[in-house]
Amino acid sequence: MKILLDILNELHPDIEFENHNKLIDDGVLDSFDIVSLIAEIDSEFDVAIPAEEIIPDNFNSAKALYALIERLSDED
Amino acid sequence: MQNNILEYLDHTVKQFPNKIAYANDKIGFSFQEVYNQARSIGTFLNTEGIYKEPVVVFMSKHPKTIVAFYGVVYGANFYVPIDEEMPLVRIELILKNLKPKAIICDERSIEIVKTFEYSGAVYLYDDIIQTSIDEVVLHKVRENSIDTDPIYVVFTSGSTGIPKGVVACHRSVIDYIENLTDVLEINENSVFGNQVPLYFDACLKELCSSLKFGATTYIIPKSLFMFPLKLVEFLNEYKINTVCWVVTALTMISAFKVFDKLIPKYLHTIAFGSEVFPMKQFQIWKETLPNAKFINLYGPTEATGMCCYYKVEREFGFDETIPIGRPFKNTDILLLDNDNKLAVKGELGEICVRGTSLTLGYYNDFDKTNESFVQNPLNKSYPELIYRTGDLGRYNESGELVFVSRKDYQIKHMGHRIELGEIEVNVNMIDGIKSTCCIYNNENEKIMLYYVGEVSTKEVIANLKKRLPRYMIPNSIEVLENIPLTANGKIDRAILKERINIKKKGK
Repeated sequence: MKILLDILNELHPDIEFENHNKLIDDGVLDSFDIVSLIAEIDSEFDVAIPAEEIIPDNFNSAKALYALIERLSDED
Repeated sequence: MQNNILEYLDHTVKQFPNKIAYANDKIGFSFQEVYNQARSIGTFLNTEGIYKEPVVVFMSKHPKTIVAFYGVVYGANFYVPIDEEMPLVRIELILKNLKPKAIICDERSIEIVKTFEYSGAVYLYDDIIQTSIDEVVLHKVRENSIDTDPIYVVFTSGSTGIPKGVVACHRSVIDYIENLTDVLEINENSVFGNQVPLYFDACLKELCSSLKFGATTYIIPKSLFMFPLKLVEFLNEYKINTVCWVVTALTMISAFKVFDKLIPKYLHTIAFGSEVFPMKQFQIWKETLPNAKFINLYGPTEATGMCCYYKVEREFGFDETIPIGRPFKNTDILLLDNDNKLAVKGELGEICVRGTSLTLGYYNDFDKTNESFVQNPLNKSYPELIYRTGDLGRYNESGELVFVSRKDYQIKHMGHRIELGEIEVNVNMIDGIKSTCCIYNNENEKIMLYYVGEVSTKEVIANLKKRLPRYMIPNSIEVLENIPLTANGKIDRAILKERINIKKKGK
């Protein structure tokens, strides 16, 4: 989880990601962030997020995103 | 001869009164509705004594916003689109430059306007469209209009920290739309999916093409550009067959392998621009839609939308870039070398534009206008302006124009034109900042900010978000002990760029 929070903080140092759960709905993340995040997650966790998982529910909070990463790594 | 863009609408409304002109995922306006509401707005502005004035349209991205644009023009005024996502500091800079007498708002933005230092009139869209149309007044203002009267002012990034307002007139926009729609082969069956914001000239491609042919434009919700599978579902749901998007919107779909799941089955015309299309991603698009037309567009706001095009009809190797091709009909490109002579084949030169497509210049800024809109150095005999883009290009072996780089520190990021200098000026305004430098990392497409000072990165970003549009916020930020300087005291950007490479290898 710490690695993921580091990645998020690098994108937006001014946001408290740990407790935020409306990252998409509040417009914190934009399309550039999503592209960067997916690339960073691929290189740090070796997890490729498939197109059907790129949906608001999976990106609205750090927790949800981390759950997705764990789920996808288990499937490997 | 046509001398007003509204003649497109006057004509189309007779042919397709009930066809949807502009829509989003919730609401759509027919050409008749657009025509009536816009003429109500035009009449209203006239009765308020607003004539040949800039009128700010400060509304969220919605079909109503487009109608408001035309309403402003029906009253023989020119519209200035301001987006609700623009930070207040920037909006105030724009208002200071414009000194507008009127702002048209929607229900949300009218609350925001109350916080501005602005004393002019504020009108609510839903109110002013109730005005009964005065045909006599509209006819009279049209008769007194000429085609060099402005239609709009759009603001673009300025290196001194102050946005520049580009003023375009009817004649330039008509010239653009005639030639663009010819190249893209637009007709009444075209269905556009709009991606670009309404506060740039880029949206003319869809808005005015719809007007001319009676084609339909769907405004795609911005959030869908984060979720590519949903985006393609939207394209299919509304049977969208034509898109004019920034490259990053297209590559998001191909890079995330959306085509394995779903294909945009109605799409047959794909225009893109503002950035280089990575060849690997382009090939995926081409293989997925082998019968579609792919057109690269190029052009600065100062030359009204786009001025060059290239239809991709031959095969490209992975190491090649797609040319920007050739100018539209009735536009000329001069490639000028350092001595203001035409660059010979293969030689690098500055791309300069000549023709009707040239806009009128920067609003309330003759100095900036005179720097970029200059006498054609090849013509010593009579006044003739060209626009110096600051882009460097050359002709390839097939005689096609290719974009190479910039002369200065202007970049393209996610399709947006940004002066790195404008970011630096705004960082320098923050208390406690000693010096700063912004560079663009072309490899991962990140805006990198370096600074010296006793301020946390968190504070810097939070501060910038109040001053700059979202797309100008640095993607990576680092505090340094000092900013490297060259022997003659300038910021050494080369060393900072090297720093990126060293960091990458260290990882």
